[in-house]
Amino acid sequence: MNDLRPLETELLAAVANATDEPALEAVRVAALGRNGSISALLKTLGTMSAEARKEQGPRINGLKDRVTAAIAARRDALKELALDQRLNTETLDVTLPVPEPPAEVGRVHPISQVVDELTAIFADMGFAVAEGPDIETDDYNFTKLNFAEGHPARDMHDTFYFNPKPDGSRLLLRTHTSPVQIRTMLAQKPPIRVIIPGRTYRSDSDQTHTPMFHQVEGLVIDKSSHLGHLKWILQEFCKAFFEVDQVKMRFRPSFFPFTEPSLEVDIQCRRDKGETRFGEGDDWMEILGCGMVHPNVLRNCGLDPDEYQGFAWGLGIDRIAMLKYGMPDLRPFFEADVRWLSHYGFRPLDFPTLAGGLSG
Amino acid sequence: MKLTLAWLKEHLDTEAPLAAIVDRLTMIGLEVENVADRGKMLAPFTIARVISAEQHPNADRLRVCMVDTGAGDPVQVVCGAPNARAGMKGVFVPPGAFIPGKNMTLGIGKIRGVESRGMLVSEFELQISDDHEGIIDLPQDAPVGANYAAWVGLDDPVIEINLTPNRADCAGVSGIARDLAAAEMGKLRDRSVQPVKGDFPCPVKVTLDFGPTPSLCPAFALRLIRGVRNGPSPTWLQQRLSAIGLRPINALVDITNFITYDRGRPLHVFDAAKVHGNLTVRRARDGETLVALDGKRYSLDPSMCVIADESGVESLAGIMGGESTGCSEATTDVLIESALWDPVNIAQTGRKLGVQSDARYRFERGVDPAFMLPGLELATAMVLELCGGKPSEVTVAGTPEVPARMIDFPLDELPRLTGLQVDRREIERVLGRLGFAISDAGKHLKVTVPSWRADVEGKADLAEEIVRILGVDRVPATPFDRGEAPRKPVLTPIQLRTRKAKRALAARGMLEAVTWSFLAKRQAELFGGGEPELALANPIASDLSDMRPSLIPGLVAAAQNNADHGIANVSLFEIGQVFRGDRPQDQLTAASGVRRGLAKATGIGRHWSAPASEVDAFDAKADAIAVLAAAGAPVAALQVLPGGPSWFHPGRSGTIQIGPQTVLGHFGELHPRALEALDAEGPLVAFEVMLEKIPEPKAKATRARPALELSLFQPVERDFAFVVDRAVNAADVLRAAQSADRKLITNVAVFDVYEGVGIEPGKKSIAISVTLQPREKTLTDAEIDAVAGKIVAEVGKRTRGALRG
Repeated sequence: MNDLRPLETELLAAVANATDEPALEAVRVAALGRNGSISALLKTLGTMSAEARKEQGPRINGLKDRVTAAIAARRDALKELALDQRLNTETLDVTLPVPEPPAEVGRVHPISQVVDELTAIFADMGFAVAEGPDIETDDYNFTKLNFAEGHPARDMHDTFYFNPKPDGSRLLLRTHTSPVQIRTMLAQKPPIRVIIPGRTYRSDSDQTHTPMFHQVEGLVIDKSSHLGHLKWILQEFCKAFFEVDQVKMRFRPSFFPFTEPSLEVDIQCRRDKGETRFGEGDDWMEILGCGMVHPNVLRNCGLDPDEYQGFAWGLGIDRIAMLKYGMPDLRPFFEADVRWLSHYGFRPLDFPTLAGGLSG
Repeated sequence: MKLTLAWLKEHLDTEAPLAAIVDRLTMIGLEVENVADRGKMLAPFTIARVISAEQHPNADRLRVCMVDTGAGDPVQVVCGAPNARAGMKGVFVPPGAFIPGKNMTLGIGKIRGVESRGMLVSEFELQISDDHEGIIDLPQDAPVGANYAAWVGLDDPVIEINLTPNRADCAGVSGIARDLAAAEMGKLRDRSVQPVKGDFPCPVKVTLDFGPTPSLCPAFALRLIRGVRNGPSPTWLQQRLSAIGLRPINALVDITNFITYDRGRPLHVFDAAKVHGNLTVRRARDGETLVALDGKRYSLDPSMCVIADESGVESLAGIMGGESTGCSEATTDVLIESALWDPVNIAQTGRKLGVQSDARYRFERGVDPAFMLPGLELATAMVLELCGGKPSEVTVAGTPEVPARMIDFPLDELPRLTGLQVDRREIERVLGRLGFAISDAGKHLKVTVPSWRADVEGKADLAEEIVRILGVDRVPATPFDRGEAPRKPVLTPIQLRTRKAKRALAARGMLEAVTWSFLAKRQAELFGGGEPELALANPIASDLSDMRPSLIPGLVAAAQNNADHGIANVSLFEIGQVFRGDRPQDQLTAASGVRRGLAKATGIGRHWSAPASEVDAFDAKADAIAVLAAAGAPVAALQVLPGGPSWFHPGRSGTIQIGPQTVLGHFGELHPRALEALDAEGPLVAFEVMLEKIPEPKAKATRARPALELSLFQPVERDFAFVVDRAVNAADVLRAAQSADRKLITNVAVFDVYEGVGIEPGKKSIAISVTLQPREKTLTDAEIDAVAGKIVAEVGKRTRGALRG
């Protein structure tokens, strides 16, 4: 019987030398294919005597198994090699920047953010949000709020008017959010607990005044709410809004036609390099006006001032936004400068909540 | 309202320091706006004598002075003033002192080699006048070493109060003193006025003549003083007036100004020699004019009240006298007027004529009617004292009497309104000191309001008086119970839509702007507005004259503004009010946005990952759909039709609606003409949707979602490409395909649109993919082919589209 070893050596060498899949396949076909060298050997088994077959069978099959295993191992190795080679060519410059996430680029205006903050604080105290039209009647903006015709208190408001109607009446742009107090009291029975944010207008324009600005008003009407409750609400509000543990407030008597008694409220602060810190320092800063709703206003809304009582307060949204977030000037609020909006605006997902923090 | 501390002390006996008084004023509602304490500022400045003044060795214009400061050895001072000379008396300040006019602290210096240990100062350097010609040159009797400010009377602190319009009584020093006395800051001095007996009847008669019209003058008192010597008023009076910023004129005029501030009682003096005949108080006649004391000519009309003599109008009642009858140093006979005027009329006249005066300030707030005559008597006494003369009797037309107001004040009103519990004696003490008379009626006080407090009308006003004087600090902060009300959402649907819409647009990379609610009429008209009822009668500027019909012009202007600053790729949005008319229901909430340049919805500006492309109508469409979806609009029901309002590009804009009755908004490229009119350059796209137009979703009983149905069978997707006319809308192709089998077809999407080589001109290819979702069994090829055939047939029927070959 001829020696199989040279064939084995030759085949294993061919397997080892195959540098790619087709070459390996050629080796396999040459050895194990129909006309392959090992197949030819296997075919000889049929012609052998039982004895010779018994001897040669295991030898030839052993050769076949070893060569098959070698081919499989080589195939795996070549596959790995090919993958490595492919991967070597498949490179990216991953330092290339991806587009900025839109939700990180977009901004909500500070006024919107502050309105949402106010809503969160006051909703927690049981307040709803009321709104009203910008174009108002003289009656709602002044008369029903106890501004007497011709009284100098009307001069405190530089009012934008529309042209007179044929009947002599003329509409105006509301000078404060207070006409919504009237609308609310006329529309619903007490108890009333609302805040009223909105745009307001005065024909006044200089460094610190713009012809349009934003106010928020609060109104409580029931049968028992008094000045002490008002003080408490405003204290709680200031602490929550300015996100400080303590805030010292000073209530000064003042005058508004629609409240009696009327108060102005200062908060203690420290001014430092354009930043205002609350709850420390020894400056006072006026932030809001408030008072008990004037009996004439209650009467004008069909409420008996001996039965119903309550209070109202109002403050500038733009102003408290400036105080909290440190914008030095009011005018840029309305100039839509992309640089300002990007800097002072709020990311859309920074939604103010009491649980997660107001300023995001 | 301004006053000085010394002036206050003439009415208030107090030892309280300035700071305490100022603080208390603010805390009782008389807010101190400013305190100018010149005594404090000028404390280091003393009177000194120049012993010698020698020429400076190294400088022609300087002198070396030896100065006797009254304290120790003479001091060497180098001085450049032309009037510095030996023997003069001036004002000296040592090193270490702050020089207000130079805004610096003085040091010891060497000036051209000669040491200078102080400074002789000018009035300008003290900031007491603009005079910087030379150093202060004092009379020889000035006491060396004395404090200059005290000696000259400049050490009296000036207090400026921001007086609220209700407090007419505190437009005089006496009223402020009364409030302070009530607030325990001292004792009110008795400054009551004694009448002066007249020597002869007043020769000038006064008639109130308002005919059938309402009277504008309840009372008018007049008195003549003959033989006065008018001239400069005494130093104390001049100092009082100068300190509060009034220019001393002559004694007669200064007396009226003094009483205006001292008692809140404006008066007027006429030079009797210049008054012709008797006086009539009446409405002005059309065409009448008056040259007032401010030198300006005012045109009058019958809404205004005047004082006229036989030759015409001589004074604008309660506001300002006439120039021709004013008092000068030549005046020998003076008529003094003390009158009452209708406050509303004074305010209206003052506003109409644009004239402000100390008299108007007080009369429009309402002066004390009971002090009309005492005011005249006080003026008489002062004129007699300062100018001599013989007074006539007082002639009075009308009556100054006003019935006293009584208020029934239940003792529990104070705690009811303020939460403040105080002893009734405390209430009585406060009200008593403020001049209210109180009579007891058990649990009620009967309170009589003093004549000077017309602002106190009812119980709430009395509560304010008490809490104001006792201090709001005494009101305990009381926790406010939110009660049993359920914790329901408090926002209305439109409020919710607004807040969601804002965050949705910001999440698309847009910046929220807040722009003016008004714009130029031209722009309003261009965007469908400009109605006359939405034009302001008194706009602040011509480009802010009309209420905006749309947010787009403001946003376009803002985008252009940014572009002009070098930021060309801008995406802005605003959610705010637009105006369709002047009724409340005409005010709508628009959500609008603009994108400019390369500010695409997919990213702003150029990026390596894709070729740069300019914004197009589809960016605006995507924004519009996104904001509608966020605000709760039923997206599947939205229809988009080609075209929009006139300010959009006719072929590159669309209208979003839910049926023709419910138009939600528009999007697209702006019309080139609109851009041009706004002085803006494209590429620029915009959208505007109306949040109120979104239909209200039906209220649901529970929050549970409908059950999720998941099919067991795989969906099948088939692609089709149709060639249609260019004018055919993709939406029609989609709708046609969908209608082939509404149950089986769950989605139809456009994945390609092609025009060009291989497609006949005037046509386009629209490729769609259709998803079939079997529910009961897997579809056979025959079933799928049947549906595909129906799709082709439907599209062919409705759009005349044919499968692309």
